[in-house]
Amino acid sequence: MFVAWRDLRFARGRFVLIGAVVALITLLVGFLAGLTGGLASQNVSGILELPGDRVVLQHPSSGQASFSESSISSDSVQKWRDASGVTHVLPVGIVQGKAGVHGTTTAVALFGMPHGAATSTVTDLAPRADDEIGLSAGAAKALGDATAGDTVSILGSKYRVSSVGGDAWYSHTPVIALTPDAWARADKSMGGDGSVTMLAVSGTPDWGAVATASGTVAQVPLLSLSALDAFKSEIGSLGLMIVMLFGISALVVGAFFTVWTMQRSGDVAVLKALGATTRSLRRDALGQALVVLIIGIGLGMLVVVALGTLAGGALPFLLSPLTTVAPAAAMAVLGLLGAAVALRTVTKSDPLTALGSNR
Amino acid sequence: MITLDDVTLTFPDGSSRVTAVDRVSLTGKAGVLTGITGPSGSGKSSLLAIAATLIRPDSGRVIVGDVDASTLSKDDATTLRREQIGIVFQQSNLLPSLTAREQLAVMAELGGRNARRRRRQVRSRTDELLDAVGLADHADKRPAQLSGGQRQRVAIARALVHEPEVLLVDEPTSALDQERGAAIMELIAHLTHERETATLLVTHDLVHEHLLDTLVTVVDGRIVSRTVGSDAIMDDDLAHRLTEV
Ligand SMILES: Nc1ncnc2c1ncn2[C@@H]1O[C@H](COP(=O)(O)OP(=O)(O)O)[C@@H](O)[C@H]1O
Ligand SMILES: [Mg+2]
Repeated sequence: MFVAWRDLRFARGRFVLIGAVVALITLLVGFLAGLTGGLASQNVSGILELPGDRVVLQHPSSGQASFSESSISSDSVQKWRDASGVTHVLPVGIVQGKAGVHGTTTAVALFGMPHGAATSTVTDLAPRADDEIGLSAGAAKALGDATAGDTVSILGSKYRVSSVGGDAWYSHTPVIALTPDAWARADKSMGGDGSVTMLAVSGTPDWGAVATASGTVAQVPLLSLSALDAFKSEIGSLGLMIVMLFGISALVVGAFFTVWTMQRSGDVAVLKALGATTRSLRRDALGQALVVLIIGIGLGMLVVVALGTLAGGALPFLLSPLTTVAPAAAMAVLGLLGAAVALRTVTKSDPLTALGSNR
Repeated sequence: MITLDDVTLTFPDGSSRVTAVDRVSLTGKAGVLTGITGPSGSGKSSLLAIAATLIRPDSGRVIVGDVDASTLSKDDATTLRREQIGIVFQQSNLLPSLTAREQLAVMAELGGRNARRRRRQVRSRTDELLDAVGLADHADKRPAQLSGGQRQRVAIARALVHEPEVLLVDEPTSALDQERGAAIMELIAHLTHERETATLLVTHDLVHEHLLDTLVTVVDGRIVSRTVGSDAIMDDDLAHRLTEV
């Protein structure tokens, strides 16, 4: 790294420029990943956090299974309960509606679940009594920071808040948990038939066979998200943007280091002629790229985390390793890859050219 | 000491090959400044590149010290270069980001084993060498802040800092004016004698002939004459070729 460090200092302006571009791209990727993650988790965290190995939905007579259309008869529920290998079946009713408190109303997702099911952020919200509800953190906030003991009206009926729990979302609306009976009543008052929407099933049954026999489809939770219309359309376009951004980042960062390294090839030829080992040249070039990448990515990520923390209240923004560490690592790898490609020109550069006058 | 023994080098030239060095035998002894001259394109640089182990001859042997360099692998040749050979290029070929002192220090940063010992040795010789080439006051300047002659002096110091057995110099004065060129030639002659390097110096400019201990003339890749002191030893056959040119 002897020459690399001195190059960094000597050509400070150029490296600051490259570092700034890396930082900006990291900021873009990180911010978009955070937003996408935020939107996605607002869409689906209520589903993903249900306990169970598979999400079971009604198999529609035509088209694909869908959360909004699914309705599972008690007959089908029983078939799943009776199937060998099934250890647990959690029936969940899901319908979107409105909840109000002191004149403010807000769109919410009503989840009907039995109290005492396997513990999770979502199931822990389930109240004991039919005139009680459990609020997710987002729902409590949307209802003017409601707390336990407050009264909330849903579709004309009044409920007492029994608890305020963690965060859970469904289709961009915060989750409110009701007992199965209270939920069925609410569903009917909105024109539904009161049958549950989905089952969270645990165990090791012959998933396909039981699903066919009961007129349902069973999917791992993550795949079942494709049955959420809003999720499908969002993730499609946002995912495409992120993929494109990654492609462009790879090109830009890679191209930067390729050009930079090619510019150095004369110096490298001299060093080779003087007896530098290929290893030392490689360490020098990759080390230099790594320094610039780490500083650029570090700065970019700092800004992402700062913005994400600030935006936390106003925007759905997810700050998690998946939206910070993962894009940062990907950027670093892409940059090093570009440098490694450029490195081939380094190690291939002909020391003979150092001897000639063509420099 | 360096010995080239019956060395031939060809380059591909369309469908045939052009012979750049044609059965050359040459010995450079310790403390002796050997000049190599000849018209442009006669193979002087190619000869030097072979001596520097930068290119392998088609046939013949290159012996540096007691090592037969023509049989070495690429990596071993690199090591030999790093430890036993000093090279001064036609252009000074300094690294733009390094100060004069660092241009010398880099010779201990080229990888390979014994890095720590090399670093210590190089550091202890740097000031003395910069002084020897007359740049004691310019040690902290970068190439852009030095004149052409000063740059060439740094390059000479760099080539000597690891105390090589062999010093190879390719037209060191081609980018300099007469006066500075003469000073560089005198410096090389002086250092060769003082530090006992076996020096091969390519030059097409014979105003400095009096500084050379021996002089070989190359035409079309072949040695056509050798001069030791003022005695010209000319091969009849080769002399004939020379007059033809
Ligand atoms: N890398 C190369 N590829 C092909 N031909 C070369 C190469 N280097 C030198 N030559 C040829 O070899 C001959 C000798 O060149 P060179 O050693 O550079 O001569 P000098 O240094 O005496 O001017 C010339 O004919 C030149 O064209
Ligand atoms: Mg030449």
